[in-house]
Amino acid sequence: MIRLEKRPQPSRLWTVLTPVVAVVLTMIVGGILFWFLGAQPVEAIRTIFWDPLFHPQFASYSRPQLLVKAAPLILIAIGLSIGFRAGIWNIGAEGQYIIGAVCGAGAGLALYPSESVLVFPLMVVCGALGGWAWAMIPAVLKTRFGTNEILVSLMLVYVAQNVLISVSTGLLRNPEGMGFPGSRNFKQWPAVFNGELVPGTGMHWGVVAALIAVIAAQVMMTRHIQGFNIRLTGEAPRAARFAGVNPARIVFLCLGLAGALAGMAGLFEVTGPAGQLTDKFNAGYGFTAIIVAFLGRLNPVGILLAGLLMALTYIGGELAQLMLSLPGAAIQLFQGMLLFFLLAMDVFTNYRLRFGAGVAA
Amino acid sequence: MLRRTLLASAAVALTLGSAAVAQDDPLTAGFIYIGPPGDGGWTYEHDQARQKMEAHFEGKVKTVAQENVPESADAEGAITRMALSGADIIFTTSFGYMDPTIAVAEKFPDVKFEHATGYKRADNVSTYSARFYEGRAIQGHIAGKMTKTNKIGYIASVPIPEVVRGINSAYLHAKKVNPDVEFSIIWLYTWFDPAKEADAARALIENGADVVLQHTDSTAPQAAAQEAGNVITFGQASDMADYAPMPRVSSIIDNWAPYYIERVQAVMDGTWESKDTWDGISTGMVGIGEITDAVPEDVKAEALAMKEAIASGEYHPFTGPINKADGTAWLAEGEVASDGDLAGMLFYVEGINAEVPQ
Amino acid sequence: MDFGSINPALLVASIMISATPILLAAIGEMVVEKSGVLNLGVEGMMITGAVVGFAVGVSFTSPALGFVAAAAGGAALSLVFAVLTQVLLSNQVATGLGLTLAGLGLSSLIGKPYEGIKSPTLPKLDIPVLSDLPVLGRMLFSHDAMVYLSLLLVAGVWAFLKYTRAGLILRAVGESHGSAHALGYKVVRIRVAAILFGGACAGLGGAYLSLVRVPQWTEGMTAGAGWIALAIVVFASWRAGRVALGAYLFGGITVLQLNLQAAGASVPVALLSASPYLITIIVLVIISARGAHGAPASLGRSFHASS
Repeated sequence: MIRLEKRPQPSRLWTVLTPVVAVVLTMIVGGILFWFLGAQPVEAIRTIFWDPLFHPQFASYSRPQLLVKAAPLILIAIGLSIGFRAGIWNIGAEGQYIIGAVCGAGAGLALYPSESVLVFPLMVVCGALGGWAWAMIPAVLKTRFGTNEILVSLMLVYVAQNVLISVSTGLLRNPEGMGFPGSRNFKQWPAVFNGELVPGTGMHWGVVAALIAVIAAQVMMTRHIQGFNIRLTGEAPRAARFAGVNPARIVFLCLGLAGALAGMAGLFEVTGPAGQLTDKFNAGYGFTAIIVAFLGRLNPVGILLAGLLMALTYIGGELAQLMLSLPGAAIQLFQGMLLFFLLAMDVFTNYRLRFGAGVAA
Repeated sequence: MLRRTLLASAAVALTLGSAAVAQDDPLTAGFIYIGPPGDGGWTYEHDQARQKMEAHFEGKVKTVAQENVPESADAEGAITRMALSGADIIFTTSFGYMDPTIAVAEKFPDVKFEHATGYKRADNVSTYSARFYEGRAIQGHIAGKMTKTNKIGYIASVPIPEVVRGINSAYLHAKKVNPDVEFSIIWLYTWFDPAKEADAARALIENGADVVLQHTDSTAPQAAAQEAGNVITFGQASDMADYAPMPRVSSIIDNWAPYYIERVQAVMDGTWESKDTWDGISTGMVGIGEITDAVPEDVKAEALAMKEAIASGEYHPFTGPINKADGTAWLAEGEVASDGDLAGMLFYVEGINAEVPQ
Repeated sequence: MDFGSINPALLVASIMISATPILLAAIGEMVVEKSGVLNLGVEGMMITGAVVGFAVGVSFTSPALGFVAAAAGGAALSLVFAVLTQVLLSNQVATGLGLTLAGLGLSSLIGKPYEGIKSPTLPKLDIPVLSDLPVLGRMLFSHDAMVYLSLLLVAGVWAFLKYTRAGLILRAVGESHGSAHALGYKVVRIRVAAILFGGACAGLGGAYLSLVRVPQWTEGMTAGAGWIALAIVVFASWRAGRVALGAYLFGGITVLQLNLQAAGASVPVALLSASPYLITIIVLVIISARGAHGAPASLGRSFHASS
């Protein structure tokens, strides 16, 4: 008879250990999966985790991609994690990401072809505002009417997708684009192109913003009164209310922050790696970021590492598709397993395994 | 900026050095697909052509293909990796890969790139597309003759000139043989989404359409038409012969194999040059699938005659007089549309009671 | 613009077809939530059902067998969720999201060989006499068996929750797992059973998409239907009858907006295609503004016997 006994305090050892164990388990089970699909398990795992960084032929390209991919994931996940800590389930970051990109790109394109150095910062601000405003919709509805934010934020993703389609084939369509959908290419507009700051590293403004966000979130959650209020609201909502924490303010703060960060991430993506606002520029980062947030245990530093790990599996997965003809879906499943194992291992953080017939509690 | 480019090309030269040494290796041709080869339409035909091309060269050409590559920043990554893996020529087979293809081509001056349906070229980037509107003219003719409700439904994908051109071409030729004909157009903003396509086909049929034309790639509308009965459809991109003789009465088939063979041969011979190819029925790039017995004999004969006339260059589907939907004149009597006009066509012709979505 | 061209009989018929997948998934999820568990993995279970149902249906040329297999497939995937959340006490929101991700990946792997294949057709049950009625016959009485089965399922769930002892226990577990446990009910076991039922229903809904509504298998073909099912449960305030209403309303808007496009309505296409989601939001707001939530009190909270 095995049973679980709640620990008085979450185990510090297991908090650190579970992600590592989860990754190892995922590698083992993933290896078996790849073997079933006709690939050499060891080779497949190496292609995903090692080759993007060290393969002589690909590393020069894929190493910088690590930061390029991780930056939006981290930026969005940081915002989401703060809300998740407070028990506010914003799962519509994808929509905030899209609207941020639309607003930011729109603001910039209105000034085309200005060469002013102020255009790019303005676009970043507008991107953040766009994402913030989109996140305010579920926030207002939740505080005013008690509407479930999970569903509203999610429905708004589909609405945002339609807005994106509409502007990329209409309002923001490249006037010199022969009638094809998609905005002007920002890569050909040096004043706003969000390219590499240091050649060969993949470091662009989005990466800088992500790092700042990690530090700011860490400070806020551990040192600032709002961080304490957020955690208190999530862990003991009644106690928070007695302590004078205004729940509505927490909702506005958390959703607003998440929306602004997601919106900024969208803007950095269209002006940089994507280069163009098209109806398909958003690659589901808003959804993947949810996994990143949980993988990082809702902890800023954890999210930084989780974002890098997730980016690695993406890049490695794409490499595996090309080199080993592994289907892309296998990688998706692999990422899902990673999350499952992590969640499953979590039990050891909060509970102790007891063997033998104990006294019923 | 200059230093950055230098660094980049140096890095590329280093990595490609190893690939260039081994001259005896077979030539590698890469393909980037928007959907799965099992879509039964667009990607299916590109994949068929890839296989035919590989078979044609009997081991002298190796092919690699990556499917389901999204038209986001990921496309640039996928094309770059394919170039890094040593591909000599890369075919990027969807419109949305245009800017990524150009961006990657800049970094790999020794690799040849072929982009389907776009308009941006470079020294090592060619473009190719097919004059699908020629096939649409024949569909329009059959549709106009066969509709009993005088309502023709059109499932449109993304409002770009290629799609608008197809609608106009089909409409003009349906109208010519049946002045009462009306077009209902549903825009889906996707090239491939069987669920949406099926719903759209049903909605059109519910609105009284007994002919459904599609510019999306799945066979779902065919299945919906089959279920409804008494509705005819046309295969799109691929023959979709599973649904013949009814509802599918004919089809437009994209036949890329001759082009792929020609271009890969050119790379082998060292004669490859950047060019723009826009071929139609005459070269076989646009094929017309078998017209089934569901179509009356005389209509079939007229359709085949039109196919001949287009193939020989005797007839151009856009021959004046044609006015735009807003009533302004576009082509005078006997005037033939220029390729430039066709390439940027974003307006309906007179008679289509709708607006191209913006 | 001429809306007279829309044929109402055909319109209602296709609304029923379009609503059935989300109805099946939503009624299952409602039972899960009634037991106090929030499973956000509906989308993943639906798509798994879609692919399993299609694969089995095609391999044995039997849609009926396909549906059975789809229910089993959906339930099997939900078992992962059940073990993680009920035994290992993981966070339900995160686990559900993971389930969706894993389901999407798994289904495309299974579905590779089945792309571009035609499905065997499910025969229409032309109900004798009734189906020959003018207009109404075509509208209501000549569908396939699953349409009627889904409605029977709604009625069954309603009766189960309202009139049976087991239904009462299920609701008790959802309202207060602590008290239910104290009364000697096996909270975990009941919840696992509810989760499996939800998975089976979601699987059926997915199979209805791949075997009847589309009918074809393609990656990611559920395209958000699972999320809509979740929204419908909230919309319905956790009541079986309203789940049916919600599903038909959403199905209706989805079909109607295409019909409006086909009829040439001069409304921007983007607005029309976003309308099902916008209207869902508006309805959710109205429901919540009236304050009638009816959410099970223990919804989404982990249960551990010693806590």
